[in-house]
Amino acid sequence: MLYSEIVMDHFQNPRNVGEIKDADGVGEAGNPRCGDIMKIYIKVENDHIVDIKFKTFGCASAIASSSMATELVMGKTIEEAWNITNSAVAKALDGLPPIKMHCSVLAEEAIHGAINDYRRRQGLEPWEDKSHDELVDEHSHHFHHQG
Amino acid sequence: MLNASPDEIYFTSGGTESDNWALKGVAFTYRNKGNHIITTKIEHHAVLHSAEYLAGLGYDITYLGVDEEGRVSVDDVRKAITEKTVLVSVMFANNEIGTIQPIAEIGRLCREKGVLFHTDAVQAVAHIPIDVKAMDIDLLSLSAHKFYGPKGTGVMYIRKGVKLDNFIHGGGQEKGRRATTENVAGIVGLGIAIERAAGKISSEKSRLTALRDGLIEEIMARIPYAKLNGAAGDGRLPNNVNVSLIGVEGETLLMDLDMFGIAASTGSACSSGSLDPSHVLMAIGLTHEQAHGSLRLTLGESTTEEDVAYVVEKLAGIVERRRNMSPLWEDFLKAEERSEKNAL
Repeated sequence: MLYSEIVMDHFQNPRNVGEIKDADGVGEAGNPRCGDIMKIYIKVENDHIVDIKFKTFGCASAIASSSMATELVMGKTIEEAWNITNSAVAKALDGLPPIKMHCSVLAEEAIHGAINDYRRRQGLEPWEDKSHDELVDEHSHHFHHQG
Repeated sequence: MLNASPDEIYFTSGGTESDNWALKGVAFTYRNKGNHIITTKIEHHAVLHSAEYLAGLGYDITYLGVDEEGRVSVDDVRKAITEKTVLVSVMFANNEIGTIQPIAEIGRLCREKGVLFHTDAVQAVAHIPIDVKAMDIDLLSLSAHKFYGPKGTGVMYIRKGVKLDNFIHGGGQEKGRRATTENVAGIVGLGIAIERAAGKISSEKSRLTALRDGLIEEIMARIPYAKLNGAAGDGRLPNNVNVSLIGVEGETLLMDLDMFGIAASTGSACSSGSLDPSHVLMAIGLTHEQAHGSLRLTLGESTTEEDVAYVVEKLAGIVERRRNMSPLWEDFLKAEERSEKNAL
């Protein structure tokens, strides 16, 4: 598997690994069947994501995608964070091999999951998670929210 | 090496061609006798895909299951044989999990029943003793590069007197049974490699078995919840170790090991380009999580005790680090804690 240098860097030195005990939102995506599970924790203050941590079971691109996604989202407003797409994650990683694109989709799903979990805890309606492109068609990712 | 005579040896382009020849050759040659072939769920794709191709042509294929160590039951073979059965094909030893099959017993059964018996011995030749006569083997596939010979060269053993249609038609090479100009360089290389291997098969077998068992023992001692896949002891190839390390994904393991100059393989779907984990690991009843966390380490003639210690050291560190960032590991530990509490 040929990965970009950025993917290798984020795989070997993942940023924001861990969990936030008193998180304001938690999102999980993926399933053990396809071999990737991502869990993302966010801390929100004044509508901004002030802290973010992740845990990922999966291949190098899954770990790198989660790491990059947390970097892209950190410091953003909730709405800005929601609008960060899987393609933005893949692009920031300098590309992913075609069969690994679903890893970036998982990262987007996990962040959406965390944001909607946060919204729910605030008594707000969760946002609709629009469907992704054809890249996920072979995967039946469940998308479950905690809390 | 096989206790075969020279006129029973036919050079091919490798194990895959030999397997194709055995399955399709027997199927076509004996199509008037029957259309039933028995094989197993854990064969190499050279056998499985040939069998699927034949199924598409109308042949009836039985895929026998295996026990949790990956062993085929001789009784299952016996029960599967019908009047229509023309071939039983069971691999000598599995490439992924190293389990050695009861080849002599299956051979005796097939001989009694008058059914041809083929074994894909690619993983076994030059590593463990094989006697085609004592084991009642009619057809056997082997590949040179599995014992340090050149790639692209193999052998099909065809017991004297076994009728088998040609697979490659053309000139009169290989006693008229396999056309095409011989790969002379490959054949010479294969000959030297097998001679070299024959001289030290028993010393290498005991040396590698000791290294293998040391490696397994150390992995079990150092890595919590490591699980050995395949048989232990004499029922396993001397050079094969396969473990499942729950909570870590196989491709991640391979890439981390590669950083330390360690080459390994995995049955995880993530490294295969497909979405399904290894058919062998699924056949022995592993969960997807266990199959995705599988790691195969193969020992060879250059492997030393120092190498084993180095691999264990690096692997233990990698697994600990990756498990600490794995939500699957977190869930696994919680489930373990719950079941321990329930047990108390």
